[in-house]
Parts: sequence; C-alpha cells; structure tokens
Amino acid sequence: MLNNITIGQYFPANSVIHRADPRVKILLTVAVIVILFLASGFVALGICAAFCILLILLTKIPVKMYLKNLKAIWAVLLLTAALNVFYITGEGDPLFKWKFISIYTEGIERAVFIAVRIFLLIIISSALTYTTSPTELTDAIERLLSPLKLIGLGGAVHVFAMMMSIALRFIPTLIEETDKIMSAQKARGAEMDSGNLIKRIKAMLPIMIPLLFSSVRRAYDLAEAMECRCYNGGAGKTKMKQLHLSFRDFALVFGVIILLASVILLRIFPIVLF
Amino acid sequence: MDNIIELKKVVFDYTDENDLPVSVLDEISLSIERGSFTAVLGHNGSGKSTMAKLLNGLNKPSSGTVTVNGMDTADEKHEFEVRKTVGLVFQNPDNQIVASIVEEDVAFGPENLGVEPKEIRNRVDEALKSVGMYEYRTHAPFKLSGGQKQRIAIAGILAMQPECIVLDEPTAMLDPRGRSEVIETIQRLNREKGMTIVLITHYMDEAALADRVVVMDGGKVILDGTPMDVFGHVTELKSVGLDVPQPTELVTLLKADGVDIDTDVLDVDQCVEVLVKALHLEEK
Repeated sequence: MLNNITIGQYFPANSVIHRADPRVKILLTVAVIVILFLASGFVALGICAAFCILLILLTKIPVKMYLKNLKAIWAVLLLTAALNVFYITGEGDPLFKWKFISIYTEGIERAVFIAVRIFLLIIISSALTYTTSPTELTDAIERLLSPLKLIGLGGAVHVFAMMMSIALRFIPTLIEETDKIMSAQKARGAEMDSGNLIKRIKAMLPIMIPLLFSSVRRAYDLAEAMECRCYNGGAGKTKMKQLHLSFRDFALVFGVIILLASVILLRIFPIVLF
Repeated sequence: MDNIIELKKVVFDYTDENDLPVSVLDEISLSIERGSFTAVLGHNGSGKSTMAKLLNGLNKPSSGTVTVNGMDTADEKHEFEVRKTVGLVFQNPDNQIVASIVEEDVAFGPENLGVEPKEIRNRVDEALKSVGMYEYRTHAPFKLSGGQKQRIAIAGILAMQPECIVLDEPTAMLDPRGRSEVIETIQRLNREKGMTIVLITHYMDEAALADRVVVMDGGKVILDGTPMDVFGHVTELKSVGLDVPQPTELVTLLKADGVDIDTDVLDVDQCVEVLVKALHLEEK
C-alpha cells in the first residue's frame, strides 16, 4: 500500500524537461496552473490539454505513471463532478428530473470541464516533481527566495530549503520503517484492519510511538553525520550543480507564453462549440 | 614515526540523570601512524564509539588532549580543518545520507567547505569511482542495498579529501555480501591510496585484516599489537567477552594440550598449513 505513492516522487531520466532549469520549471508550473484557471470554454481547455500531453511526452516518463495519480484523486474528481452536475441550473428544460434532483446540460458540461481541469492540474504538477530531484527543487526554491536575503532572511531561507530537502529525502526511509513496524506489530497479534474507527486509531498508536522514537534517533544521527561533513548552516556553501539558463528554458517559456496568449484571446473572442 | 592522530591521557566522562559521574574513557594514550590500518576491537560499552567521535572532535575530551596533525581538537578554530582531515563514517548508512541523489549526497561535504563547483564535480566522480559506485551516481540511495549505501557514505567522506577515515562499526547493519564489499573498499583505500584507516568493529575476521589491533575494555586499552600478537591472548580476549578467530583458537588450544604447533595463525589456510606440519612432526 505504502509503496504505491507516486505524487512527489522523482523519476530520473535524460529528457529535455529533466535538464531544464528547475527555477524555470517551478515558475512555469505556477504559470500553467494560473492559465488553467483562466481557461474558459472547451477550446481553451483543449489547447491546455494538448500542451500538457506534449509536455509529459517530452519527459520520457511512462504515461502510466501519470495515470497512476488518477487512482489517488478519483474520489475528489467524482465528488466535484457530482456537485457540479447537481447544483448547476441552466436555461431551458432539465435533461432529467426526479423529485428535487434536476440535471441540466450545462451542469454536465461544467462537471466534465472541472474534472479535466483538476486532472490537468495534477498532471502538470507531477511533471514538475517527476522530472526535478528534491535537491534541485529545494535549491531552486532557495534561489527564487534569495531576494529575501536583502531584508536579512538569508539564513532562514537556507534552513527552510535544507529542512525541505531532508524531509523529502526521508519520506521513503520512513515509509519503509512504518511497513516494518506494522509487520512486527501484526506478528505480535495486533489487529489493524478491523474494528470501528476509534479502535483503528488506537491500533495506530503502537506504530506511531516506535516511529516517532526512531525518527528522533535518526535526526540525532543525521545531525552528527552532517557535522562530520563540515555543515555549518550554509555559510560559505557552494553548489556542485550551477544553474544556467539555456535555449531549452527559453523554448519552454516561449511555449507557455503562446499558451497564455491563446487562452486570453479565447476569453476575449470565445469560440462556442455547441 | 609520523603520527596523524595522537591521544594523550584522554579521559571522557559525563554525568547521568542522577548527577553521578559515568566514566567512558579512562586515561587513554594512543597514536595512529600515518598510512596505517588500525582496528579497534571491543565489546558493547567498551568506549570504542566514544573514541571514534573523539578522533575528529565531535566529542571533546574531559581531560587530556587529542591532536590531529598537531591541531588540538578542543580548539574551536581548527574545527573544520580537523573534520576535513579525519572523516567519520557511522554504523547506519540510512542516517548519514543527506540528499536524495547519490552524487548530490557525495557533493555535500565539499559544498560545505566552499570548494569550486568544477572541482566538486571532479572530486565527486573520483570518490564514487574509488568506492566502485560511479555507475549509480544518478540513482536514489534508498533503492540501493545496505553495502552500496555504506560505500556512498564512504565516498561522501572521501570527497572532502581526508587523510584519515574512521569507521564506527560500518558493517554492523549489513548482510555478509555488503560486509565484504565495504571491507574490500576500505582495504583498497588503505593499500592503493595510502589512506589512514581506523576501523572500529566487533568482528574478529575484520580486525584480522588490519596492521594493528587495539582491544578496548571498560574504557581502557587492554591489548595493542599486530593481529598475531593480540589473537594469541585467547584467555584475555575471552574474559572481556570477545572471540578469537576460530583457526587461532584451535591451534592455541592444541598448543595448550602439549601439541608441538606453530600458533601464528589467522585464517583457515594458515591453520591447515600448520596442522599438516604438526602432523608430520608427530609421525617422526
């Protein structure tokens, strides 16, 4: 169960997107998310979808990996879609009417629209984490936040970035550990999959306590190991990987600008399909 | 004789929660020769891990001095120079890997030292090659085996270009295959690169590979010499809860029973050799 989490994971590969500057990737991801919210109408959404599909093909990561995320969010998708189907009232006669429930064409259109939009949001943000290693990601965030140094928050920015990268680094380690503790408790006769909610929460305690205990121990060990490697809070630190903007970064920016322009144009001059 | 690390009358103690003093190391004097391979043997609680942390200034002695290349480790201004000179590798490989990508983890040390980016790249590549993990440089460490992770931890220290590496039970959490990978790496670093190695362990067969074995018990050094010398003291070793390599024990017991046999034995091959020789003598 715990091994199936793919959101936030990194898949090493040698693609244009992998090699792009992480700062550019972060900013462009934010831009595309904004564009997805600006998109009005199916034509604009279609253009966005085409852009996202092109992008994930460029990442050279199996499409299956992106679709896996659907499994994690299908409940959310279904719920938002259902809400839209039932709540939106359109002009004209409803398609279906039963007691207080009435469904309109507009409702269904809206539901599909929202579902596709959420799906694209997930895809585009996974494309960022799939193609950018946590270290690159936090490094880029550190650099993007570097203007804060001017107001004396440089140390805080570094510490924040370091904390994030260590947290990301330890996610798989702690998942593995949780699995081990669960097996150990099951072997001692602990029941975790049965009983009511309160019983199940109580059953989690014998897992959480050893996990917490060992995390503190790990933190202590890691701090010593970092000291041994001359860590001193980021003062005078250099970076092996320097970030340089290159042609592919400008190409990506250009692509997103075209996307933005077409979505804005479609807002001003909408094309209605049906 | 050129010593890289010198301990002079080092005492290490602390007060426990009841304010009672607990003594961990009791006036230890020891020097580590440059380029040597020393194994420190000891049972749990013998103070050997505490000593490892004293060697690079992570622990400061309560009294006495520890010097690395002539620098006193208790002096704050040498802190980074000392840690750069003496690298420390710990038992649990998972808890000493900082980054999510192998090469980025190896780069952590030199980055902290403020080394030029190009130079870091060279050092990282070289360090990964010398532990035989170069082809894994873009992998995620959590997917690797224990032995591979421990070799990455060693590479992370190597990239700081230390003169000495102290390893605190680096194989305790590994399977037999991982153990031999790590031990072979350590031996190669010692032989080919002239790296000074201090290996803290409780495995006899690992200690037998060193030039010198130091046995600790109750915060004191009780035996110090070549593996041959030290393993000859079967009864002393047993009394502090340590074993001797089985071939050594066998020949020592035979000798004690009055058999005319050579006791300079560390492994099975040597054991067979002296047994054959002893049998021939018997026939005559």
